[in-house]
Amino acid sequence: MAGVSEAATGHAEAHAHHPPYLQHHFVSAEQQFDAAKLGMWIFLATEILLFSGMFVAYAVYRVWHPEVFQAASKLLDWRLGGLNTLVLLASSYTVALAVHYAQLGDKKRLVQNLWLTVALAGVFMVVKYFEYSEKFHHNIFPGGNYAYEGLQLPYVGQFFSIYFVMTGIHGLHVLVGMGVLTWIALRAQRGDFSSEYYTPVEISALYWHLVDIIWIFLFPLLYLIH
Amino acid sequence: MATQTVATATTGQPEIHYLNHAKGLKSWLLTLDHKRIGLLYLVSVIFFFIVGGILALLVRAELFEPGQTLMSAETYNHIFTLHGAIMIFLFLIPAVPAVLGNFALPIMIGAKDVAFPRLNLASWYIFWLGALTMLVGIVTSGLDTGWTFYTPYSTMTSSGVTWVALGVFILGFSSILTGLNFIVTVHKMRAPGMTWSRLPLFVWGLYATSIVQILATPVLGITVLLLALERIMKVGIFDPALGGDPVLFQHFFWFYSHPAVYIMILPAFGVISELVGTFSRKGIFGYKFVALSSVAIAFLGFLVWGHHMYVAGQSATASTIFSLLTFLIGVPTGVKVLNWIASLYRGSIWLRTPLLYALAFLFVFPIGGFTGIALGTLGLDVPLHDTYFVVAHFHYVMVSGGLLAFLGGLHYWWPKMFGRLYNEKLAQIAALLIFVGFNVTFFPQFILGTQGMPRRYFDYVPEFTTLHQLSTVGSWILGLGLLLVAAYLLHSLFKGQPAPANPWGAGTLEWTHTGRIPSPHNFERTPVVTRGPYDYHLAEEIFGNGHGDERRTPTVTPAQGQAQH
Amino acid sequence: MAPEVDSLFQFWALVSTIIFIGVVGAMTYFVVRYRRRRRDEVPEPVKDKKAIELAWIVVPTILVLIVFTWGFRVFIRLYTAPPDAYEILVYGYQWYWEFEYPNGVKTTNELHVPAGQPVKLRMTSVDVIHSFYVPAFRVKQDVLPDRYSSLWFEATKPGEYIVFCTEYCGTQHSGMLAKVIVHPREEFEEWLESAGIPEDMPLAELGARLYREKACFSCHSLDGSPMVGPTFKGLYGSTRTFEDGTTAVADENYLRESILQPGAKIVQGYPNVMPASYASLSEREVAALIEFIKQQQ
Repeated sequence: MAGVSEAATGHAEAHAHHPPYLQHHFVSAEQQFDAAKLGMWIFLATEILLFSGMFVAYAVYRVWHPEVFQAASKLLDWRLGGLNTLVLLASSYTVALAVHYAQLGDKKRLVQNLWLTVALAGVFMVVKYFEYSEKFHHNIFPGGNYAYEGLQLPYVGQFFSIYFVMTGIHGLHVLVGMGVLTWIALRAQRGDFSSEYYTPVEISALYWHLVDIIWIFLFPLLYLIH
Repeated sequence: MATQTVATATTGQPEIHYLNHAKGLKSWLLTLDHKRIGLLYLVSVIFFFIVGGILALLVRAELFEPGQTLMSAETYNHIFTLHGAIMIFLFLIPAVPAVLGNFALPIMIGAKDVAFPRLNLASWYIFWLGALTMLVGIVTSGLDTGWTFYTPYSTMTSSGVTWVALGVFILGFSSILTGLNFIVTVHKMRAPGMTWSRLPLFVWGLYATSIVQILATPVLGITVLLLALERIMKVGIFDPALGGDPVLFQHFFWFYSHPAVYIMILPAFGVISELVGTFSRKGIFGYKFVALSSVAIAFLGFLVWGHHMYVAGQSATASTIFSLLTFLIGVPTGVKVLNWIASLYRGSIWLRTPLLYALAFLFVFPIGGFTGIALGTLGLDVPLHDTYFVVAHFHYVMVSGGLLAFLGGLHYWWPKMFGRLYNEKLAQIAALLIFVGFNVTFFPQFILGTQGMPRRYFDYVPEFTTLHQLSTVGSWILGLGLLLVAAYLLHSLFKGQPAPANPWGAGTLEWTHTGRIPSPHNFERTPVVTRGPYDYHLAEEIFGNGHGDERRTPTVTPAQGQAQH
Repeated sequence: MAPEVDSLFQFWALVSTIIFIGVVGAMTYFVVRYRRRRRDEVPEPVKDKKAIELAWIVVPTILVLIVFTWGFRVFIRLYTAPPDAYEILVYGYQWYWEFEYPNGVKTTNELHVPAGQPVKLRMTSVDVIHSFYVPAFRVKQDVLPDRYSSLWFEATKPGEYIVFCTEYCGTQHSGMLAKVIVHPREEFEEWLESAGIPEDMPLAELGARLYREKACFSCHSLDGSPMVGPTFKGLYGSTRTFEDGTTAVADENYLRESILQPGAKIVQGYPNVMPASYASLSEREVAALIEFIKQQQ
């Protein structure tokens, strides 16, 4: 039976065989990768539930006051929203390419695509900034602070509360995503990843796809109510 | 496979274990070890339990007589609110999962740690960040809305709702990350041979809890965030003055807060299963039912939130559906109790403190359950809603689920946590005091409720005086019992007799495959599991110590396990 | 209603007590009978007994379904006011109750009702959520701002009964007490008369005046003929079909919504032209108009 010394050497040996990225409490790199991926999927589920609360609020108020939503939606610029949709779709494509090149171990293209994704996210935020400032300029604020002369209806404030809260939280997620992807890009430049180990790239990409998907829902629900 | 403990114990060298392998405050504050993080949580939740407990004693003291006894109505409203908010968000929700779960879960499934140790530590820091954020609001302007934050009162009051709401939002992240960590750990980190049907029931309970944590907490997050925004920038979703709907707030709130009850009770079910299994040496009758019904309850728990709102103005149809679903969730819960009782049948029952808490649970929890059936019944809820009947009901559920199970689990795992025994006699006296004190405090409240005494009342009509006084006296007995627990546990911590590796003769890995105090990585080698957690007949060698002969207990039993079978 | 609620409560209490004693009794017996006698005792491992497991799933299910059905019936009775109920308006304030009778008499914290006659309370709150609870009558209903909720009861015995507010509403929540004073029928009429010449005009009268003053007549007839808007004749209680094909019964909350937010529900065949300016009507004026509309049958 295994005595102390034997057990201890066993442990040391195991350490010697560890690749540097394998954390000690995992048995294998595969286990570590699976765990990280499952963890990210669960996290994405919680994100969807966070937004689901807002979607419920949206649904409730839209069912109660459909005509207000239609009228208020016209104040949003569908062209800017559409542009942002294209930008995010493109960024999803580049981040998928990043994962692809990470799997191939092509460091140069991996880094390129990560920076491209960050840049596209930046474009999204710039467009969002112009949209928001245009709204604020016209005194279009959430709820009780709404004071736009051009459209005075009860419950318009609620529409813009929902608009600002949903796009605001989404925008926050874009910012977080930019931060995460920047960090991943820097690590990639440093050469942390290989075709053997690219878990952080993969799970950040998963997160980024979620940010994209949520926008795909927000865009028609807010901008395209005919 | 023998562990190092044998060698060290016999040669007399100091053992290296998770408590002493690194020293200093920094080694604790930056630890990634799930056991140490469990202890960090232990200290934290006990701190908040003491605060919440003192507030409870103040509430009971004020109600000793009608009219003003100790404090003004306004102060009273702040105090009962803080009691509820602190007990729920800072004690009950984290108590069993974050303390006992963190400590035991990875060892019980044969893992070296949880899947994401850094995330685990982050959860603890986020917990404190949330707690301190709440504290900012409480210290600067108090909180007087009741822990339920119903609008429009919560949007109008000048108390610190905004800060507390943000604090709760942050605490939610802590809860979510713990749940996420546990789910991934259970899925991906099990030792070879640890099949789903060999998982200890405590692990099943935590797994079900984690499902609720990750699915419900985000909705609470968005709800309190909207509440805070309602106050900061008047979003008008919940505030009727701005066209919002207060009943919508209640739907949002209870969509989380009813499942939150299961966050408090499902891990308790797990603890009770371990205690009943170990101390009857019998295994759990209907293991499959007990395990899977927890998961089923976790999901069903999402469909019954409307039973908090029968008289709130929701439609009668909705109330009817919610009532029916409530009964459907009540049945599996009741059946679990019957399963535990049946597990005692023809067992070999060893009356030790942890089992006393389990038995107390099996007395207290059914009362909570039956009164829950009354409150879920449409016609009966109407007169009983928002009376002391409800107060008594949820204390019977949450104190049994939260406190009794937590104390039972703490007494059970204490020797493993610290390698020391506590004074059994004092512990039994304390358990008795707590049991009596609890029932004297809360049973009279059922009667008060049926007589019409509304909850959250600073003052009451003189007819209710006797029962209120009885209840207050009960709270003193309860407090005394808890004080005694604190005393002998502190004594044990420094001066307690050394505990053997498996003092209870339990059959799960944390007892059979680790030393007196687990090593930093739990196991030297990943164990191979060949039997179920309660297959005592396949593991007779573990019984060497499990007889209560304390003179022999310092001897360390070789933790022979299943690996070599 | 109290006897029906109480017999259900007693049934529940009896069944629960019997089961509880059985469960705790069995537990105590097992703990004593099977206590550990030898340290190396190894009991027989647990065996699955499907029949037992099934039995104790099925039996409790049947029991709870009985309680559910019974509770459902009581609930429906509790919430369906008889059509001839005497209607009183209730306003919740922080921290008092105001009651308004059909003839315009108002009282504070004292609700006078006749014995032996169903009384329906139509309630709304001026500030936060309150809840109207009369323990003796076993009735309770939350009182919300910006909408009506209602409850009804029939007091059988003259006397005084306490009213509690059971939704936490701030500092003086526990001081928000009122009394229901149940008079024998004739005495109630007398009380209502002597409660004096109403300071305010009775609701229906006020409603008639508002109908003229606010020029409702220019769009809504009283004789059944359609004008720009639907007629008031027979409006209350009728089923309305809206432009989107949905329907609703014209109850108080519908009328209230239609006055305050005319665009919310548009009746089929009518244009959406009613101005939103009626949102500035006071609570009492809205109630008066509703009362007036209700009388146009």
